[in-house]
Amino acid sequence: MSTPGLYHILFISTALFFIGVYGFLTRRNLITMLMGIELILNSVNLNFVAFNKYLWPHRLDGLFFTLFIVAIAAAEAAVAIAIIINLYRNHRSIDVEDVQSMKY
Amino acid sequence: MPNQTLLLLIMALPALSFLLLGLTGRKMSGQVAAYVGTFLMLIATVIAFQTAYGYFFEYGKSGDVYQKLVVMQVNWLQFNDQLSINMGILLDPISAMMLVVVTLVSLMVHIYSIAYMKGDPRISIYYAFLGLFTFSMLGLVIATNIFQMYIFWELVGLSSFLLIGYYYNKPAAVAACKKAFIVTRFADLGFLIGILILSYYGESLDFNTLIQHLTTADDAGYQAAVSGSFLGISALTWGLALVFMGGAGKSAMFPLHIWLPDAMEGPTPVSALIHAATMVVAGVFLVARLFPVFALSGQLVLHFVGTIGAVSAVFAAIIACTQTDIKRILAYSTMSQIGFMMFALGVSGYGGEHGLGYTASMFHLFTHAMFKALLFLGAGAIIHFVHSNEMTEMGGLRKLLPVTHICFLIACLAISGIPPFAGFFSKEEILLAAWQHNKFIYWIAIVTSGLTAFYMFRLYFSVFWNKPGSPDHHHDEGGGPILFPLIVLSIGAVMAGFIPFGKFVSSDGRELITGFHLNFSILPVSVAVIGIVLAMILYKKENGKPAAISNQLGILYRSASKKFYIDEIYQFVTKKIIFNLVGRPAAWIDKNIVDGLMNGIGNSTTFISGSIKSFQSGKIQLYAVYFLAAAIGLAFLFIYIWKQ
Amino acid sequence: MDGSQIIFFMLAALTLVSAVLSVTTRQIFRAAIFLLFSLIGVAGLYFWMQYEFIAAVQIVVYVGGITVLIIFSIFLTQQAGEKLAVYKAGRKLFAALASFCAFAFTMLLVFQHSFIATNKPTVLPTVKNIGTQMLSTDQFGYALPFELVSILLLAAMVGCIIIAIRTKQVNS
Repeated sequence: MSTPGLYHILFISTALFFIGVYGFLTRRNLITMLMGIELILNSVNLNFVAFNKYLWPHRLDGLFFTLFIVAIAAAEAAVAIAIIINLYRNHRSIDVEDVQSMKY
Repeated sequence: MPNQTLLLLIMALPALSFLLLGLTGRKMSGQVAAYVGTFLMLIATVIAFQTAYGYFFEYGKSGDVYQKLVVMQVNWLQFNDQLSINMGILLDPISAMMLVVVTLVSLMVHIYSIAYMKGDPRISIYYAFLGLFTFSMLGLVIATNIFQMYIFWELVGLSSFLLIGYYYNKPAAVAACKKAFIVTRFADLGFLIGILILSYYGESLDFNTLIQHLTTADDAGYQAAVSGSFLGISALTWGLALVFMGGAGKSAMFPLHIWLPDAMEGPTPVSALIHAATMVVAGVFLVARLFPVFALSGQLVLHFVGTIGAVSAVFAAIIACTQTDIKRILAYSTMSQIGFMMFALGVSGYGGEHGLGYTASMFHLFTHAMFKALLFLGAGAIIHFVHSNEMTEMGGLRKLLPVTHICFLIACLAISGIPPFAGFFSKEEILLAAWQHNKFIYWIAIVTSGLTAFYMFRLYFSVFWNKPGSPDHHHDEGGGPILFPLIVLSIGAVMAGFIPFGKFVSSDGRELITGFHLNFSILPVSVAVIGIVLAMILYKKENGKPAAISNQLGILYRSASKKFYIDEIYQFVTKKIIFNLVGRPAAWIDKNIVDGLMNGIGNSTTFISGSIKSFQSGKIQLYAVYFLAAAIGLAFLFIYIWKQ
Repeated sequence: MDGSQIIFFMLAALTLVSAVLSVTTRQIFRAAIFLLFSLIGVAGLYFWMQYEFIAAVQIVVYVGGITVLIIFSIFLTQQAGEKLAVYKAGRKLFAALASFCAFAFTMLLVFQHSFIATNKPTVLPTVKNIGTQMLSTDQFGYALPFELVSILLLAAMVGCIIIAIRTKQVNS
């Protein structure tokens, strides 16, 4: 096998992405759904860094994107946790089956 | 020249009475409402009299001819540069005369109702409706434009509907007002089609222009109207006949007369105003308004008018001899007298001596308003006293109601055509016109005059003589407001005959000298006297002779008292034929097809929405699945299928 | 097979296996820990790609911040003890199938694409280069997004406080 290159990293990131998607779709607890989302965001980060290193190493755009995504993901995770806590206070449960009141 | 504002005030004051009493009437006491309505009507009457005086004696005549003055005209709806609906005021001999008649009788009814309707909780609405009616009738008679007349025609029909159905708690009154409105509305359909035909060929809706176009032989419209034909009858004849149909409906001519007897369910002053003196003569007025066209271009229709008038006159007179409800006798009497007016127009020519029938008809309209209103108001006084409409429950009232008795007698003598009362002069002119032009109608008229005298005096003797008066009626005759109109109208019934009517109203505007022909009048007067004597023999004292005669006449008497079954025929036609063949299928189509379509659209929308609403399930993960599926699907679409 | 390859495969295995375990285990605390390992694996991959700064940021923010936040929230919502509820097997199978099909499709696209690298001179991702490049205001600088992200973080902070604040009970 040759030196692991772009394609390998892309494989890993794609796999991580779809593992995150599976986790998001299959979990009933809101916090575990959040964990799936974090996996998705991480896979994207990995993609950006890989493209930056292997395709466009003359600029650091990919890296900057990654940094921003990390910052934004942190903010988003914080807000999500706040919402989950609020929901827990009102419904005493963070099962996603119990929060379907936006139904038709 | 006449003052436009004053003329507008004549119409505006009753309209103001309607609005004022209609909107705020509940807040005033009944008496105040009555006095307000009467006061406004009084002012309008004074102005109307002054206007008529000014027209006939000051400015109406130019040369020797009374002019048709268009005092004002407002352009309301313009269709193209020739055709427009204008609203205006037209003063000519007949409209000036009608101004006098309508306002005078309306004022008398207003005054009478102060006492007659006293204590009625809805009296302010009653006066409001009276104001509405007077406004509409006045608008009808001064219309410059045939469509304006149609608009006010419908308004008059509406007011009549409201007033007949005034006692809306009585099912009979409700049925009667519906019947009146439907029958007249049906006739107005003919009227509207007639208007359209005439205005199409006459190229105008304005009366003066229309008449001019349709009576000049070399006018293009006239040529077209006479040549175009449908079912063998020229368009002009159709137009005039349909217009007459509208007039026949409103004037209760046979066979559209069925609403008039039932309309007696309304209060008696209303019957006096609407169904005796003013609204029912609207049809006669219409024919008189368009008389030049009828006389010069539509002689066939004029014959038809005369025939219908004569038939209605004798038909109604026969039925009136058998009725026992005092108001219904008077209703049939009205129909008969209007028949007189109609056939007087029917036998008339245009211009000079030929136009005698026209003058006679208008003269009879004038005098008839006086004595018929008097009869009805007197009947109202009697009904108020006896609390019943049936003649069989009255009798011997001449000592208990002295003033009413004298006035009623004057009116009966007037309507029978006994000199020197008003009815004699107008009837004599009608009979003279009939003798000169159509002998057959003349003989029918003589027979009808005899019948008129008979049934009127049958009524008179049955009410005021017949039985000895029973003193257990515990009210008196009724106060000033009831007696004052009776006295005024009886003065009118006596004096009106002496007006030289031909000097003012004639078919072409020129003066028509009408005289008193002694030899000619002997026959009608003697026929009337025979009728009176016959009635006296049968009814002055209570006896069994009337019952014996009616038994001998058998089936003739029975069918006459059932009004010759005309109502039953109408019922049959409407229920069995129109409802079943037209009404039911139409209702089926409406309920199943039209409604079905609309409901179907609604239901299918609901169905579609029901089936796709489950997309919004409230489950976040389901939304994520849709998102993912869409993203993959779009990627697939753009990469493999739409390669750009 | 040199050391670099071995390390790469080990890191890859760590990441992927931890991720799979994180999304399938029925105990929430273990899921959080497996997530932590997965994130460490990703940081390791960054280290392997010689992007040390971003690896450090990953560890500090993700591992040290977000995972701890998640663990706090597990405690705050008292989920630590019980086993998690699961969906029916049908749903899980459908989700797995969908993810796998999508994964296969994406991989197909990726492997069919030829990525063309540029041959311009490399800029090393040292902190100095990152700092000067990010905060410069010329054509390739990212000063404006940097400021915007700071505003976003402020907004997120305020929002979190508002959402999660415990309102005083008016009726006691």
